Amino acid sequence: MPRAATNTAPGSGFDGNLLAFTRELRAEGVAAGTAEMLDATAAIGHVDWADRDAMHGALSATLAKSPEDMRLFDAVFERFFFRAAEGAALEQGEQIAAGQPGEEGADRIDIEDLKQQIAKGLREGPEGAVRDMARLAVAAFGQTQGGSGVVGVDVQRIRRQLGLRSEPQPDLPEGDHRAQGIPSDRLRMFEKEVRRELERQMIERTQTLPPSRPLGDLERGLPTGPAQDLAEIHKVVAQLRRKLATNGQLLKGQRRSNAIDVRKTVRASLQTGGVPVVLHQRPKRPKRPEIFVLCDVSTSVTSSSIFFLSVLHALHDSFRKMRSFVFIERISEVTELFDKERDFKKVSKAIATDAGVADVSGYTDYGRVWKEFLQQIESELHPRATVIVLGDARTNGRPAREDLFAQIAAKAGRTFWLNPEPKLYWNYGDSVIEAYGEYCNTFECWTANQLGEFVEALARPGSDPKHAR
Amino acid sequence: MATAPSNASELADGLVADGYLADTQTALVAWLALELGKPVLVEGPAGVGKTELAKALSRVLGRNLIRLQCYEGLDEAKALYEWNYRKQLLRIQAESDDTAWTDVHDDIFGEEFLLERPLLEAITTEEPVVLLIDEIDKTDQEFEAMLLEILSDFQVSVPELGTLTAKSMPIVLLTSNNSRELTEALKRRCLYLWIDYPEASHELEIIRLKTPGLPETVAQKLIELVGEIRDLDLKKPPSIAESIDWARALLLLGANDIDAKVFRETMSVIVKHRSDLDTVAERIGVKLADANAASSD
Repeated sequence: MPRAATNTAPGSGFDGNLLAFTRELRAEGVAAGTAEMLDATAAIGHVDWADRDAMHGALSATLAKSPEDMRLFDAVFERFFFRAAEGAALEQGEQIAAGQPGEEGADRIDIEDLKQQIAKGLREGPEGAVRDMARLAVAAFGQTQGGSGVVGVDVQRIRRQLGLRSEPQPDLPEGDHRAQGIPSDRLRMFEKEVRRELERQMIERTQTLPPSRPLGDLERGLPTGPAQDLAEIHKVVAQLRRKLATNGQLLKGQRRSNAIDVRKTVRASLQTGGVPVVLHQRPKRPKRPEIFVLCDVSTSVTSSSIFFLSVLHALHDSFRKMRSFVFIERISEVTELFDKERDFKKVSKAIATDAGVADVSGYTDYGRVWKEFLQQIESELHPRATVIVLGDARTNGRPAREDLFAQIAAKAGRTFWLNPEPKLYWNYGDSVIEAYGEYCNTFECWTANQLGEFVEALARPGSDPKHAR
Repeated sequence: MATAPSNASELADGLVADGYLADTQTALVAWLALELGKPVLVEGPAGVGKTELAKALSRVLGRNLIRLQCYEGLDEAKALYEWNYRKQLLRIQAESDDTAWTDVHDDIFGEEFLLERPLLEAITTEEPVVLLIDEIDKTDQEFEAMLLEILSDFQVSVPELGTLTAKSMPIVLLTSNNSRELTEALKRRCLYLWIDYPEASHELEIIRLKTPGLPETVAQKLIELVGEIRDLDLKKPPSIAESIDWARALLLLGANDIDAKVFRETMSVIVKHRSDLDTVAERIGVKLADANAASSD
C-alpha cells in the first residue's frame, strides 16, 4: 500500500492529498492541469470540509469539465477517499466493519424472509435504509456460501440470489414485494453499497489495502452485445452527427479564398459596364464520399460489427451513397435491410437468418470475400469511393490474398480497415492485419472515442491516406 | 442590490424563493462563481433550466441580466463592439475645412463613437450584472478564442482605443448543449456545471412549485410517466420544461388522473416528433390502458 502511505505521510497535508488526487485523475485520462488545481484549491476554501457533498461538488466543478470527465471523476473520488479512510483506519488498527447484523441472534437467516425484507426496504424504505439492507445481504450471503473472492462477481451473485430486478416479475405470487420490480436507481445504490461492504470486509480480512485498480478501458468501451440499449447507441450516434455537422462549418470558414468563377463574374460585370466589381467565387462543396462497407459478421466480431454498421447507417445523411455488405465465407449485400429497419436487434436477427451468409463452417474466408467483392462491385469503384472494412483480419489459416485486396484499394480512393480488437492482439495467431495494412489505413476501434476519431477522419475531405502514408 | 448570500445554501434558498429549484450542486457552483469571480460553463440536455438559472440568479442577486444569444456566424461586431460609422461620418462632415486631419482622426475614434454590444456592455456598466452567453456551442472556434480575454481578465482590447477594463465584475454563465467539444482553453477558464434530468423526487418538487393547483396524485403519476418516457429511445426526450408544460395543460383540463384517454390527448405536449409519438403511444399508452382495466376490476 505505497500510495496510502504517502497520502498520510506527515507534512504532506491537504495540498499533498489534493495533488495525489489530481494525479490519480490524470492517470485515468482527465485533463486536469495546474490551472484546474489552483481553482480547486481556491474553491475548497469556500466550502465546509466536513461536508462530503460540498467537497465533491467544489472539486468536480473545478477539475472535471465534460460529462465524460464527470463520470471518471466520480469513480476516482469514490475510490480515492474510500481508500484514504480505510487506510487511515488500518493504520490506527481499528475495527473497520461495524457490528454485523448477521452475527447476533439467529445463526441462520431465513433466506426467503430476507428476500422479502430487502425488497420491501428497497422499494419503500428511506434512502438511508439501503445501506443496512446491503449489510444484511452481505452477512447472509457470507453465511450460506463463501464468496468467490472477486467483488464484482459476488455483487452480481448476491443480487441474483435475492431475485432483485428492475422490471416487474408477474409470475411471482401476489403480495411479493419484488413483483412490481425495484426502482432501478435504488437497485444501483444497493449494488454500490454491497460492493463497498464486500470491499470493506476484504480489507478487514487481509489487513491491507488492495492495490488501487485502474478503472479499465472496458468501462469506457463501446456498447456491444445486442442486449444493450439502443438508446445508448443512438446517443453516441447523435453526438457524432452533430460533430460532423459542426466540422463542416469549420471547413467552410477556413476556405474563404476560393477559385474565382469566371463565367459568373463576367456575367455580373455586365451590370456595371463590364467592370468586374463583384467577384463571384466558385463554391467549394464539402466532400461527401461514396462508401462501401464490408463487414465481418462471423461469431468472433458480430456484436461490434453490427453496431458499427448501424452507426454508419445512422450517419447516412453525411454520405452521398452508401452500400453495405456483410460476409463470413461469402459476401452479401444488406443495404436495403438497413434502410428499412431501425431496430438494432431486428437487424442483427435478420442478418443472422436470411442475409445469405449462413455458411457451412462459420469461419471467415477473406480471400474468397475479396474475390466476390471484386466481381460484384469492381466496375463501380472509382477514385472518389471509400471502402471500409470491418473485421479482425483473422484468416483461420486460409489464404489472405492480399493481392486481391490491393486491387480493391487501388481502384478505390480511400480504404480504411477497422479492427475491433485492441492493438495488443494484432498480428498474433492468425491475424494478418499487417499484410492488409500495407494497402489501407488501419484503425483500432473498440471504444466510442476511437469510433469518433474514425468518423472524423472519414468525413475529413481531401487528404488521401494512401499518399500520406 | 439585494444582500449577497453568505453561503451556498442561502443562495439555494434565494433561488427557491424566486421559483427556481436548484439542486445542491447547482447552488454550490453558482455560489463558487460568485466568490471566485470565475465564469461557469453550464452543460446539459436541452430544457433542463440552464438559461433559467441565469435569469433566476440575476433576480436573486438584484443584478441586470445581459444576454448574448450565440448563433453561427456571430462576430465581434455583434457581440463585442462596433464603431458607429454614421456618427463618425457626420462628425467629419461637421468639421470645418481648416481643422487638421490628425485632430479629427484622433477624435472620431473615441468612446463616444463606440457602439457597445452585450459583452462590452457587461463589463463597462457601473453596476455588476449577470452575463449570459447562451448556446456557446453554436458559434465557431474563432469566437471562442475572442471570448478568452474577456473571461479570464475581464477586459477588452480595442486596437484604436487601448484596453478597456471592467468597472464591475459580472457573473458570467455560458451554456452549451454539448453539440461540439469546446476548446480546452475555454474550459480551463470556467467552472463546470453539468445539469442533467433531475431525479424523480426533485422533479416532483419543481412541478409542485410551478403548478401548485395540480392534484398530488396526478403530479406523481406525471413524473413517473415522464421518467419512463425518457428511458425510451426517442429523438427528443421530454425535458423539465415539457413536464411543466404538461402539468399546466393537465391543470387547465382539470384532470384528476392520467388515464389512457387523457394521455393520448395531451401526449403532444411532451413528445415532439412524429416517430416518437408512435413509440410512446405504443409503449406507454397501452400500459396505461392495462393499468386502468386492472384497477377497475
